Amino acid sequence: MTDALSLKNVSLSLSGNAGTVDILHDISLNVAQGETLGLVGPSGSGKSSLLMLMGGLETASAGTITALDTDITHLGEDNLARFRSDNMGVVFQSFHLIPTMTALENVATPLELAGVKDAFVRAEAELATVGLSHRSHHYPAQMSGGEQQRVALARASVTRPKLLLADEPTGNLDETNGAAIIDMLFGLSEKHGATLVMVTHSNELAARCDRTIRLRDGRIDSGRIDT
Amino acid sequence: MNLATFKMAWTFAKRELRGGLRGFRIFLACLALGVAAIAAVGTVRASIQAGLEANGASLLGGDAVVRFTYRFANDDERDWMASIATRVSETTDFRSMVVVERDTVERGLTQVQAVDDLYPLIGQTTLDPPMPLADAFAGTNTLPGGVMERALADRLGLSAGDTFKLGEQSFVLSAILLSYPDNSGGGFGLGPRSLVLLDDLATSGLLATGTLMETNYRLDLPENADLTVLEAQSETLFQDSGLRWRDARDGAPGVGRFVDRIGSFLILIGLSGLAVGGVGVSSAVRSYLSSKSGVIATLKTLGATRSTIFLTYFLQIGVLTLIGIALGVALGAAIPLAFAPIIEASLPIPADFTLHPAPLIEAAIYGLLAALIFTLWPLARTEDIKAATLFRDAFGAGSILPSAKYLVATAVLFAVLIGTAIAFSGTAFLTLWTAGGITFALALLVIAAAIARFTARRFRRFSRGRPALRFALGSIGARGGDTTSVVLSLGLGLAVLAAVGQIDGNLRGSIADELPDVAPSYFFVDIQPDQIDGFRARLDSDSQVSEYEAAPMLRGIITQINGMPARDFTDHWVIQGDRGITYSARPSDGTIITEGEWWSEDYAGPPLISFATEEGFEMGLKIGDTITTNILGRDITATIANFREVSFEDAGIGFIMSMNPAALQGAPHSWISTVYSSEEAETAILRDLASAYPNITAIRVRDAIDQVVALLGGISAATRYGALATLLTGFLVLIGAAAAGERARTYEASVLKTLGASRATILWSFALRSALLGLAAGLVALAAGIAGGWAVSTFIMDSDYTPIWGSAGAIILGGMIATMIAGLAFAWRPLAAKPARVLRSRE
Repeated sequence: MTDALSLKNVSLSLSGNAGTVDILHDISLNVAQGETLGLVGPSGSGKSSLLMLMGGLETASAGTITALDTDITHLGEDNLARFRSDNMGVVFQSFHLIPTMTALENVATPLELAGVKDAFVRAEAELATVGLSHRSHHYPAQMSGGEQQRVALARASVTRPKLLLADEPTGNLDETNGAAIIDMLFGLSEKHGATLVMVTHSNELAARCDRTIRLRDGRIDSGRIDT
Repeated sequence: MNLATFKMAWTFAKRELRGGLRGFRIFLACLALGVAAIAAVGTVRASIQAGLEANGASLLGGDAVVRFTYRFANDDERDWMASIATRVSETTDFRSMVVVERDTVERGLTQVQAVDDLYPLIGQTTLDPPMPLADAFAGTNTLPGGVMERALADRLGLSAGDTFKLGEQSFVLSAILLSYPDNSGGGFGLGPRSLVLLDDLATSGLLATGTLMETNYRLDLPENADLTVLEAQSETLFQDSGLRWRDARDGAPGVGRFVDRIGSFLILIGLSGLAVGGVGVSSAVRSYLSSKSGVIATLKTLGATRSTIFLTYFLQIGVLTLIGIALGVALGAAIPLAFAPIIEASLPIPADFTLHPAPLIEAAIYGLLAALIFTLWPLARTEDIKAATLFRDAFGAGSILPSAKYLVATAVLFAVLIGTAIAFSGTAFLTLWTAGGITFALALLVIAAAIARFTARRFRRFSRGRPALRFALGSIGARGGDTTSVVLSLGLGLAVLAAVGQIDGNLRGSIADELPDVAPSYFFVDIQPDQIDGFRARLDSDSQVSEYEAAPMLRGIITQINGMPARDFTDHWVIQGDRGITYSARPSDGTIITEGEWWSEDYAGPPLISFATEEGFEMGLKIGDTITTNILGRDITATIANFREVSFEDAGIGFIMSMNPAALQGAPHSWISTVYSSEEAETAILRDLASAYPNITAIRVRDAIDQVVALLGGISAATRYGALATLLTGFLVLIGAAAAGERARTYEASVLKTLGASRATILWSFALRSALLGLAAGLVALAAGIAGGWAVSTFIMDSDYTPIWGSAGAIILGGMIATMIAGLAFAWRPLAAKPARVLRSRE
């Protein structure tokens, strides 16, 4: 199986007013196509930063990141945006829906950016898969947290990405809604054969992944966990 | 609320203010600019008024002036003046032609002031080359001397030592007249001034009876003279004789009133600037309090009461308001002082540029009231923030209106603001109309913003497949976005500018394009009765003269109507000042008599009068009423025989009053005439008539129109500057709105980047958003401007209205460019932001 993601000696340092902070140190890992990977670890261990690097939302200070055979480490910002549009879907803990757009418009946006003609037809179908056809003309502020995350999930999967990245997708949800979202996330990943990388605090969730990587102080703490 | 609450609130406020004024730059700039504009206009006005007061006697050329129209004082009047004054100086003002005979003969219209050897009683004339006025009048051995203003000398190519003629009298030009003390008219007249000795005009043929002249007697009064008593005495002794009294208490009443009115008008425009600034102040406070909702919720969680919270932020905003007002007052006081030399040089009247506290206090009061009105609502919302806000972003949610007590307080403050403006401007009419106009415009703009939001939402369906357009429409249509503040801030200034553009363009158009088509080429005045036949013969023999009118003219003041003082009967403009009166045996061609009948050609009974229909109706006159008119000191009472249509629009001869010939023929008078001819024939007509009759004065209508156009240009420029100050404030508000929206734009851009949008797409969406908002503001402003232009043209100027599309296009384009500059200036950070950091900071 070829790798969907490959990180070699990746480090991340961020500079701010208080000086430079080293977030990630010398991370190397591979994620196979179709694999589901859980990233776990205590707060501040660098899980979300690692996910952001994989999505090209953050630039690595050192090392190389290859996604779907493309070296994204040195891609310009607009090329990264196009790469994400073609290949990735991202789900956040805080949903990050565009508040000025309806649920349907939020879901259609990545398709429109990719120049898809029937963006809205496909977006409606995708909303139906997450059970929100009746909410398509509602704004984010008019929906519950669970519903917003389902819209975010539909938005992430509507372009049929080969890579799904999820950053604590159930962190802002109750148990019932959280479970439903996870079922959908894994279901979509499996249905479309997408590689899923998910940051989570939950060992139970992590256990549903093919493999889990634990981070501590910006380094990989343990290797494969057989499930 | 008790002292402890106040102290606690003050402590909290001080702690919050430790963060500095960084977030309040726009707040301070909006308030300071609005206050500064009003303070600066007020300071200039106060400086001019102080200058006029301090120089009243000099402006008048004496402690008092007694004025007669078209005649000299009679013996009784001279005796009375001599009895009250230590010195009396006699001068006569009239229009005439300066004639220069070289190879060709050149003529220039001038305002002649013929003076005696006491002139000037107060103040002095300045001549170039410098010399006493008496020496200038002495002239040469053979010719008397005269002086004239540089504009006239240059036009005629004259320099000191050259000769010129006034009527049939030759003069030598001794010097150029640089300044003179009794310039109370502010320099506006139909020709530059010439000064000669009255005695030297004896043989000029210019001062025949009936000449359109004004005679002034300037009085040097004893130190203890009581001006009020003397004025009353003049009215009692010479009631209805046409004697007019003015004194140094109000040296230049016309100019004083003009400056006062223009000042009031500009301050009211300044208030519209403050209203726009208020929008910026309000949104700055909203944005600040929105960022403080967490703090407010925390304070509530910890037990702070609603009044403590309100007072905490009221005190903070209060301190900032005082800082903004102080900045504005300092700026408004300093700018006129800094530019004093330039302003003084361009003013035809004296001004006293120092610190005048009254206008600064006025500006500060306006600033304080505006700040209170515009900050009270957002401050009131602090009371509605619940502790639960800590768990969700809730500022701006809930009811749109604050509680009743704040609504009442706002209404009271608004009433106080209007009352203050009426008290300061002294004109309730202008203030209420301006306040009504501003309120109406603001309401219109709020509605327009709501329509823009609604339209943006509706049109989003058409933006499918064009994500940049949809992002733009989404932002415009968003609830709680900055659409309202952008349309409000830019719309008001643009609306004033658009209205000025439409009114000015239509006025200029009707003067420059339409009037010359129907207006005569020349007015001739001061044609003596024995010259009128020769005058007519010259015009009758010229095929290029398409038409001419000639009528005898006398001037008179209506003193009584139906036997009662005219001023008690009506305050119509017709009875204020003297009016032209003519006589005619039969109605002139084309006269429309609307009521009554014209007298028979040989009628010689008691005087009859034909009165203008419109003015007669406005004054409440009817057939059979009697009008008493004082003409050259003699009262003539005539009965109204008929009413007739009189049009003043084509610049022809229009007399309000025409009498039967027998009533007036015996009175000394001259004739006036209008001549319609082709432009090429004008020079020959002027040459022939002026050579044959040197005493008559020709006024070229085109020159007069040019002067009126220049005056209108000055007034519209002043209004335009006022509107530009409002626009500048509006632009600051725009920048404030763009700065406040930067965080939201950064977030939007980060999400869009995550979904695959390129920076070009995002930038294009920002540009589209700004351009569409500017377009909305420009369209609303244009609608308001066209409505204003149409209303002024239709109801005030009584003329046709044509939209000026050039000005309209510039307004819309200006609106779009302004919003794009403000919007795109704050696009860099959203475009450059790293999505990961922005999004995670929101987790």
